[in-house]
Amino acid sequence: MLFFKRQWPIIIAFVMGIVMWARFYIPTEQSQTLQDEFMRWARILFGFAAMLGILSLLHHHWNKIKLKRPGFGFSVVTLVAFVIMALTGLLPVSWTWLGFADNLRSSNGPHMYLFEHMFVPMQATMFSVLAFFIASAAFRAFRARSIEATALLIAGCVIMIGRVPVGDWLASVTTVEMGSWGARSLINFPYVTDWLLNIPNAAAQRGIILGVILSQIAISVRIIFGIERTYMGGGD
Amino acid sequence: MTIGEIIGVWLAAGLTLMMFSFIYRDNAFFKLGEHLYLGISVGYFVNIQYHQVLVPDVIRAIRVEHDFWVIIPSLLGIFILLRLVPSVAWLSRMSFAFYIGGFAGVAIPNVIHGYFLPQLAETLRPFNAGLGNNLNQIVILLAVFTVLIFFFFSLEHKRIVGGISRIGLFFIMISFGASFGYTVMARISLLIGRFQFLLDDWIRQTILRL
Repeated sequence: MLFFKRQWPIIIAFVMGIVMWARFYIPTEQSQTLQDEFMRWARILFGFAAMLGILSLLHHHWNKIKLKRPGFGFSVVTLVAFVIMALTGLLPVSWTWLGFADNLRSSNGPHMYLFEHMFVPMQATMFSVLAFFIASAAFRAFRARSIEATALLIAGCVIMIGRVPVGDWLASVTTVEMGSWGARSLINFPYVTDWLLNIPNAAAQRGIILGVILSQIAISVRIIFGIERTYMGGGD
Repeated sequence: MTIGEIIGVWLAAGLTLMMFSFIYRDNAFFKLGEHLYLGISVGYFVNIQYHQVLVPDVIRAIRVEHDFWVIIPSLLGIFILLRLVPSVAWLSRMSFAFYIGGFAGVAIPNVIHGYFLPQLAETLRPFNAGLGNNLNQIVILLAVFTVLIFFFFSLEHKRIVGGISRIGLFFIMISFGASFGYTVMARISLLIGRFQFLLDDWIRQTILRL
């Protein structure tokens, strides 16, 4: 039994890894079908993994209610909201008596009504509230205490000004005729923003991406050859 | 506006104010909104998974297309759910091994051909595009090299290596500054959107009926 618990998953990971790796170098129709089918199976597995996460979340809130822990009322709200949102999209019942369309997921259906009037505003507001906290964090982070912090401060400010109308306005009011060079703007934030984004920012991102790719290759090789086993979890 | 739309606007406005109350401090209204959001988003996600994965890839595949191969991933999926049952939780390892092993195999050639080589090719371009572009190319080469050195921990970051990695950090900070600037702008844009909703859709169109 221990073989099935500990060795069998490593064998599965090895076989799957080698097959999917080798498949790339065999450009045939069957090889493409194999990749497509794997992606479909992976999608199904992801669905079940997501379901595990949801069950775990519901279990947590259910326990909180059952044990009447502090704030259990909020857990009731979560469960009720979940049930209503899930059922309005899953149950094939008519909602026309409430003025909704019969098609559950149409724009006039109850599910999309809740999505548009509850989910969307709450999500947008939650992220917009971060603007206030980013402003206070920026105040603390943007104090130029070192050359690196100064670089962050300048890049952030230049890009913010360069991407709003005031940047264009500044560029236009500071434009002067410079002989054979033609009309040039003295304070051209949009131009500097483009340069910052396309040259130093893109290059730094490229350096980070190259590092990430090398790490991804290394970790993939470790998984295939059974060196990396954290996906197996703890226990026997 | 229909009655349904008016109720919807009031609902959205109430929830927006509830979420905004967090600016003052963490309070019961925000907590209520937070938990409501959690429940609704999970309910929405369940629907997405059901309608876009379970129905086309499993139910329709078996019932209509008679493709019984999908029973295998479905069984592996059930193994994942068994993680909640401690005595047979180990069965989920088979599913994770299948998923992670397969994706590890897919990832290696894909990232090499799709990302690594194109990124290298873009970095190592010849210096034949005019003075301005050549100077930019030098900055790119310098930045990529120094950033890679910054993330190279097999050598201690002292003396020359320390100096080079410091230059890399400088470029990383410029990049983070750019990301920060964009994030702030995106959040401000969302904030403006919420205020527009409150002032126009809610106050002007629903309360004042203008």
